[in-house]
Amino acid sequence: MTGSNSARTRFIWLCLSPAVILMAIFMLYPVVSVFQMSLYKWGGYSPDKQFVGLDNFKILAGDMNFIRSFQNTILLIVVVTVFTLAFALVFAAILTRVKFKGIGLFRVIFYIPNILSIVVISAMFSAIYDPTQGLLNSFLRLFHPANWAGIQWLGNEKIVIFSLAITLIWQAIGYYMVMYMSSMASIPEDLYESSALDGAGVLKQFFSITLPLTWSTIRTTLTFFVISTINLSFLLVTAMTGGGPNGSTEVFLSYMYKQANTNSAYGYGMAIGVVVFGFSFILSAVLQAITKRDIYEF
Amino acid sequence: MDSVHASKENKRAQRWYKFFVYLVLIILAITIVVPIVWVFMASVKSNAEFYGNPWTLPKHFEWSNFVSAWTTAGMGRYLGNSVFVTALALVLLIVIALPASYVLARFKFIGQKFWNGYFMVGLFINANYIVVPIFLMLLGGDQFLQRTVGSTFFLNNLWVLALVYAATALPFTIYLLTNYFRTLPQSFEEAAYIDGAGYMKTFISVMAPMARPSIVTVILFNFLSFWNEYIMALTLIPGANKTLPVGLLNLSAAQKSAQNYGQLYAGLVIVMLPTLILYILVQKQLTKGMTVGGVKG
Repeated sequence: MTGSNSARTRFIWLCLSPAVILMAIFMLYPVVSVFQMSLYKWGGYSPDKQFVGLDNFKILAGDMNFIRSFQNTILLIVVVTVFTLAFALVFAAILTRVKFKGIGLFRVIFYIPNILSIVVISAMFSAIYDPTQGLLNSFLRLFHPANWAGIQWLGNEKIVIFSLAITLIWQAIGYYMVMYMSSMASIPEDLYESSALDGAGVLKQFFSITLPLTWSTIRTTLTFFVISTINLSFLLVTAMTGGGPNGSTEVFLSYMYKQANTNSAYGYGMAIGVVVFGFSFILSAVLQAITKRDIYEF
Repeated sequence: MDSVHASKENKRAQRWYKFFVYLVLIILAITIVVPIVWVFMASVKSNAEFYGNPWTLPKHFEWSNFVSAWTTAGMGRYLGNSVFVTALALVLLIVIALPASYVLARFKFIGQKFWNGYFMVGLFINANYIVVPIFLMLLGGDQFLQRTVGSTFFLNNLWVLALVYAATALPFTIYLLTNYFRTLPQSFEEAAYIDGAGYMKTFISVMAPMARPSIVTVILFNFLSFWNEYIMALTLIPGANKTLPVGLLNLSAAQKSAQNYGQLYAGLVIVMLPTLILYILVQKQLTKGMTVGGVKG
């Protein structure tokens, strides 16, 4: 090795310190201050912070708007995960197993939603869901009498959350499909051949070979589903419905953002952040624990 | 005779299966392609055409939509801002993450385990949770400057926004690059040292160029996430210097009252087009690199 020991140490620190400092300022300090601020009552612009202990969390437990955003988030996580997982798995299995022309093109098309900005997706789906001139209602109008009023996809409090779920599923299928495809591509072909000789059909093969051998990838993506649904539902709701109508699409982080930025209740907003963080952590851990199976090797 | 019959039956079932699979795939492809194509068509429709059936083709090309989106709605200026922020953030990210990853992967030193863990912790921190504290930190900095030197610096500053983008992308980028550097054989550095090159020269002229394939992956992913990001930009740039997605957000809010549909869809095309072009050029690399990728959002 060349150079003295001190030259080596100098080089190491020269390389490392910018990244260490940047991450400390813009990631670690903000995270610490989320936890710290959650214990204070603070209007933000005024310098006086008042330590209130766990009061913010006590208020939160009785805040009906927060409970509603909790319910909405859980509903979205469940619906989006179940449908995206099912669609993505089936399409991935088809695209890896069935050999026919144009498979590459489908793969390219299915991934497109994942490269679009959430703002683009939200503007696009606003046009699709528009009650009078929207693509969806004018398509459905073909099957209805001329005076059909149309469905209020974003205006009806009962429907709007499912309209959001459809958008999220539309956005996510391609991403998870590509993920499952790369895991399925490594399953050796002779497993399928020998089971076909035993008379196993396509469905049997899917459940007895494809699914068990991609199980560890599926488990990993369950955590992704929880985290990304919480994040993307926030981005989508903020861009598309603003939590409305009447709080029916308010989700975890949109409520946090609203409390902090619009309402200037920073301490309260950060308490929501702490709860959401804890919730996503616990839910991921629970999902990992209950999906634990013996890993099949091939 | 029986077996011939069975195989005939089997073939027919196979054909139906294939037909069904094709049908389902085509339906999904249509639900993805149609909205995008429709936006492109809507962007050249005249405003009057939006009150009829949305499925009709544009009667002629209404280029004025693009002109008014570009100038009146300021999308041209926002495009410039987005290009600037994305490019600067990418440069900062590579310049900062590459040396750190190299050192973490290929040097043994006291505290190495700790610093590896330090950056791994960052993988669990999502930017959406820390938007507000970052805003407050920058606001505090500005209030301090206002009191002392009488001007502000941190908020409404595209340079700062780019720095925040680079910082939040650091953990994952370092994770990716460190893994890549670990796979390179030790002999390259040894040869360089024997030739009398110092640590810095070895890194810059031998090791950094070897990391090119994974630098490309890093740039692709982060280009998309920086270009598409809006919540950080919305919060940290409350003034006029918006980025493209925030500009589009304003446009679509304004459209609800002004009913200027053509301008909105032209704006959508301006935001979408660069990512679509990039995707078509590099889609193989993107979907391949994605399997090492993390969570979106």
